[in-house]
Parts: sequence; structure tokens; C-alpha cells
Amino acid sequence: MIFDLGTYLLRLFVLLLIQLLVINNIELSSSINPYIYVAFVLMLPVTVKPWQMVLISFLTGMLMDAFSSTPGLHMAATTLMGYLRIHYLNATTTKEDLEGRLTPSVSQKGIVWFTVYAFSLIFTHHLVLFFLEIYGFSEFFSTMLRVLISTLITLLLIITGQLLFYRSKVRNG
Amino acid sequence: MRNLIFFISKYYVFFMFFGLEIFSFIIIYRFNHYQKASFVNYTTGATSSFYSAVSNTQQYFSLRRMNDSLQIENAKLRSQLFSSYYQNGLTVKNINDSLYKQQYEYIAAMVVNNSVTKRNNYITLNRGSLHGIEPQMGVISESGIVGIVLSVSPRYCTVLSLLNNNCKISAKVKKNGAFGSLVWDGADPRIARLLDVNKHVPVATNDLIITSNYSTIFPEGIPIGKIYSHTLDAGDNFHTIKVELFTDFSMVSTVYVIRNLLKQEQQTLESTLKN
Repeated sequence: MIFDLGTYLLRLFVLLLIQLLVINNIELSSSINPYIYVAFVLMLPVTVKPWQMVLISFLTGMLMDAFSSTPGLHMAATTLMGYLRIHYLNATTTKEDLEGRLTPSVSQKGIVWFTVYAFSLIFTHHLVLFFLEIYGFSEFFSTMLRVLISTLITLLLIITGQLLFYRSKVRNG
Repeated sequence: MRNLIFFISKYYVFFMFFGLEIFSFIIIYRFNHYQKASFVNYTTGATSSFYSAVSNTQQYFSLRRMNDSLQIENAKLRSQLFSSYYQNGLTVKNINDSLYKQQYEYIAAMVVNNSVTKRNNYITLNRGSLHGIEPQMGVISESGIVGIVLSVSPRYCTVLSLLNNNCKISAKVKKNGAFGSLVWDGADPRIARLLDVNKHVPVATNDLIITSNYSTIFPEGIPIGKIYSHTLDAGDNFHTIKVELFTDFSMVSTVYVIRNLLKQEQQTLESTLKN
């Protein structure tokens, strides 16, 4: 493996713990259901091969499904997100990014680029997840509202987390 | 043939993605259509010991509240004891014959994992098949109903919370017996909706809603909630009733699982009708 496997496993573990023990217990409103574990998929380096990307996002979703006793919802949403990420990054990254083993983050690509990137992928993930959850379009507008609010809060949490923990690594490689 | 192999090898990532998506959708479809929940069944055992460890820690913080609710319930049960009734008759006959046969048993359980803000909420309990729990048993708390057992592992079970899109409970208005189905619309964990109550039936705010006698899951007469608001749209045949639930799902910690000893008999009889 090119990237440091241990660091990424640790990151996945920590993100899942925060998701399950803290975020899932926030009971502010039924429209606020952020899923910050997707940050793991968002922040994998661009050098990850496409087939690895699809498989990793699938397994991440499966892990999340197991812990939230949902049948395949996170699997479907996260796999789609991982697949779209491949194409999004193909379109927006340069050769230098690839050679420099870029990881998509605020510190390496700037806050505007990361916000657009993260918002579009998180939105897709939450859209698929919430509509599969109610399994139909009977509550279309209330579900759309939940998707939007939760997406924004997930995005806010992920960006805050990055600013807190990754500031020190600014453009040193 | 060579073109086909070339085509597949060029787009193998897409095919892989497509295959995995189909796999997830099959699981979702099976779950929503058959309620067999084989996937959940498989994972219940592995992940609930994690939640059990978490809730063991959390329970220390709610000991006071739990004691209070148990004390209240004890007092209620004590007042139903035979010894707390004044005897009107001169002789007491101890009737122990075939007139009465126990139909329901209650198994106490603790909540180890719970959620109220998702669209589909599930509860995990620390009792499983070793304690006699089976899927499709009813779950109640000391204040009202909680949900239906979905899947069991040896030591744990997952419960389809009333706050779930797939949960539909047969209920009725206590004062006139008008029945309907109770569902949750995903907005407020304290409010559920009672569907299919015909418009000619008079209903009023604060009417008591209880479980009906049509299901084999809950005994008749378990309190569910009271009517919070009711409207009748023009041209609509059914009332739109909002029910304020007695169970506070965000605080529920001790529950009882109901075993219906005569369920088998009723279901066997009813299944002969379908054939």
C-alpha cells in the first residue's frame, strides 16, 4: 500500500466512535442527523486506485450498517459516494496533485475547493440514505429538508474538525 | 469476444460499483418486503455487546430517575395486590379452575441502545433467545407501548421502535372502541398519528388511545397515549388524529417484553382461513 494503512484505520475507528457515541446521541430535532463518518471516504488520498476506492467505501458503509442495524442503507449510499468521488477527482485534480499524493482537505486545497467538493458528495450520500430510509417518496419535501439541513451540519462538523486537527500540516509536502 | 473482454476490463470499476449497489438494494428490498431482517439478525450479536458496554456506563447517570419510575410502578402494583382490597363478601373462594388461564407473560429487559431522531428508529435490549424472546413479541414500558421485537440473538434483541416507518400498531379509542392503525410520521418523537378512524365516529381531545384486541402481539387495553389534536378535512372519510404518546422514547430504560402463550393457537387457526 502506498499510504499509511495504520493511520487510516485509526481515523476510521475514531470517526465511527464519534459518530456512534456522540453524534447519534444528539437529539435536537428529527431533521438533524449528520453522518460525519463519510469524512473517512472524503479524505482518502487521490492515489487510491478506483477499484480500491469503491471497495473501501462499500466496506465503510457495511460497518456503519452493522452498528446502526439498518439493512444496506449506508452501504448503498457510501458506495455511490465513493464511485462519484473517483469521477469528481478525475475532473478537478491536476497531475501535480496526483504526484504530490494529495489528500483532499482544507489545508491542501483551500476551503472553497473543499467545501464544494465535500458538499456535493455529502449531499448525494444523504439524499440516497434518507430516501432509502423512508423507502418511497411519500414525504418528499420534509425528507428534502432533512437532507439539506443534515448535509450542512455534516459539512460544518467536518470542516471544523479539519481546521482543528490538520492546521499544523499546512503545505509542508 | 475480445471486444467484450476489452469492454469489461475498461469499465471494471463501474461494473464493480454496479454489482455492489445491486447487492445493497437486494438487502434493502428483502428487508422492506419480508421483514425477515436476516442481515440485522446476523449483525445483532456482534455489535450489541459494544452498545451494552456503552450503556452500562451511561446507566449510572440515570439511576435516580430509574429508581423513581420503578418505585412508582411498585406502588401501582402493590395497590393491585389481593391484600390491598377490602373484602366485601363474607367468604373468600379461591377459584383455581379452568375458567382462567394465563395468556400473557412479561419478561423484564433493559434498553442498551436507542434513538429517537432518525426516521427509522431501533432499540436494542439485553435479553435474547436464551431468555425466551422471539421475533414479533410486543414491548411495553411502565407508561405505554414501545415497539415490536424484530430479531434476536442469544443474549440481545433488536426492537422495531414505534418511531419507525415500518411499525404499524392496531389501536382504538377507549371510550367508543373505534379502531385504527397507529403510525409515526417522522416529525416529533412525542406525537404519533392514528389512521383509519371513520368520520362518523365522534372523537375529542384528550380521549384515551389503547391497544386493540385484534393483534396477537399486545394484550388489549395497554395505554398508548391521548388525543392531542384532531381535524376532519372536507371530503375526507377519515379523521386526522394526532396522538400524544405516554412513553417518552428518549428516556425509556426499563421495558417488558410480552409473550403471548396462545399466539400459536390463534395464528394456526387464522392461517387455515387463507388456504
